[in-house]
Amino acid sequence: MLRLTDEEQEMSAGGRGAGPAFGMKIVRKLAETLGASALVPIASVHVDGCLYHGRAGLDFAERLVELGARVRVPTTLNVGSIDLLHPGLVRLEAPVRTRALELMRAYEKLGASPTWTCAPYQEARHRPELGQHVAWAESNAIVFVNSVVGARTDRYGDFLDVCAAVTGRAPLAGLHLSANRRGQVLLDCSGLPRSMLELDAAWPALGHLIGRAVGTRVPVLSGLPADVGEDSLKALGAAAASSGGVALFHAVGITPEAPTEEEAFHGRSPEATVAVSAEALRLARDQLSTVDSGRIDAVSLGTPHFSVGEFATLAELLDRGPELHADVEVWISTSRHVLAKAESLGYAEICRDAGVHILVDTCTYVTPVLADGVQVVMTNSGKWAWYAPANLGVQVVFGCLADCVESARTGRVTRDESRWN
Amino acid sequence: MELTARTLHEGVGAGPLLALDEPLSLWGGTDPETGLIIEARHPQAGATITGRVIALSSSRGSSSSASVLAEQIRAGVGPAAILLAEPDAILVLGALVAAEMYGRRTPVVELSSIQFRDLPRAALASVHATELHARVSLT
Repeated sequence: MLRLTDEEQEMSAGGRGAGPAFGMKIVRKLAETLGASALVPIASVHVDGCLYHGRAGLDFAERLVELGARVRVPTTLNVGSIDLLHPGLVRLEAPVRTRALELMRAYEKLGASPTWTCAPYQEARHRPELGQHVAWAESNAIVFVNSVVGARTDRYGDFLDVCAAVTGRAPLAGLHLSANRRGQVLLDCSGLPRSMLELDAAWPALGHLIGRAVGTRVPVLSGLPADVGEDSLKALGAAAASSGGVALFHAVGITPEAPTEEEAFHGRSPEATVAVSAEALRLARDQLSTVDSGRIDAVSLGTPHFSVGEFATLAELLDRGPELHADVEVWISTSRHVLAKAESLGYAEICRDAGVHILVDTCTYVTPVLADGVQVVMTNSGKWAWYAPANLGVQVVFGCLADCVESARTGRVTRDESRWN
Repeated sequence: MELTARTLHEGVGAGPLLALDEPLSLWGGTDPETGLIIEARHPQAGATITGRVIALSSSRGSSSSASVLAEQIRAGVGPAAILLAEPDAILVLGALVAAEMYGRRTPVVELSSIQFRDLPRAALASVHATELHARVSLT
């Protein structure tokens, strides 16, 4: 039975305006469906509903605007369907283009920050604190904020995200509750060679493997190097959320709720243990490709959005070596915030001089950006490799960043296998 | 066959039963404009959810499926009713928003695991879901 506070009852009854009352109707319904006994005040919201899927999403956002709703807590926005800074890059046509733009504008009118990124956690001011309750949507943002930041969100998505923002409440259920954050499956990674884990592509491949192994359960990874960077954890989480629905993982000695294996499991035993071998990781890597040799037409980087550190690595690779092949288009998806930093540090100029296209506010797998004739695309993103074949009808080659750059130079799949063995 | 089950979203709907052998993500798995199942790896790929009473264990995958369901109900290509084996917040939200925005109520019902397992492969299904409980008739 759901119990509401006085303030929540007042919001429901319209005492704070028609916008919060409408939002409370949706939040309460979800709470009842999930069997929650109460709502929880939240510190921030990340909204995914700003990507256009049809009229219903636009009608909903515009209804909230008409009702005078405003976000009550700091709210960031995930990608939209259009690059607002470089609108010519997205080949979306009217009437969908117009509606997609209206949808993005509606969310700005509600008072959300126009961040337009799936990686709001790359900007310090949008990162919640350890243990804070938040309501974040979009699967990679959810798994990152739960696992790496240690804030608490359940799996939220369209409609509920913005209703949480205009009410400041979410159902007290799922991963808001400590008991549900307990590790369930142990993945022992101590058998993986250190040299293999130095490859950026090892992490999304590991994420893919984890997602396939645990589904929606909470995995605990042990035996990983303590100095692993956030970009690696970003790529791992995104792939695990795509292939399995992972919303929270613990990495012993790395993520904040797992100083020790015992704490990650809340003192209990794992339901299952999986020893991750180098062979299994190579297999997971291979599952992310639909072709493994021959000509490529494009390279796609930055899913989830490219970080400043990834720009630095790419700029260094581009700076020493031959020019990119004229028949291969190379794309980076990133946020306008990270792009501004990459421009001030000189990385963006190096990329552009090399002929690389930089897309902000959206992503190459959710909106038409790649040229019409593109058939084979190489990527270092496990998430892109998972979704793009169905979304875009392309073939995918999955490989590390250095192999993506090398292949973009030769125009053919070119790999350095040495560190995978 | 008459079943009594838990209402997740109120409404009335009837149509041929479409029992899905695997979970389905409406986003990426169905066409928002036609209601056809387009996920090539799905056992029921090529079937339509339009006007069907669909039974699925859960929705799997993207939370954007809430938007897709609301859009399909708005456009008149949504299912007649949804039978689930576990509460699925994404589908309930999609049905709720369609009701709030367009006044089109598509019932969502949670069956017990035994009721779900024993669903016939083919039947005409009629769903009547009220605040108190849901009745599902299969003939």
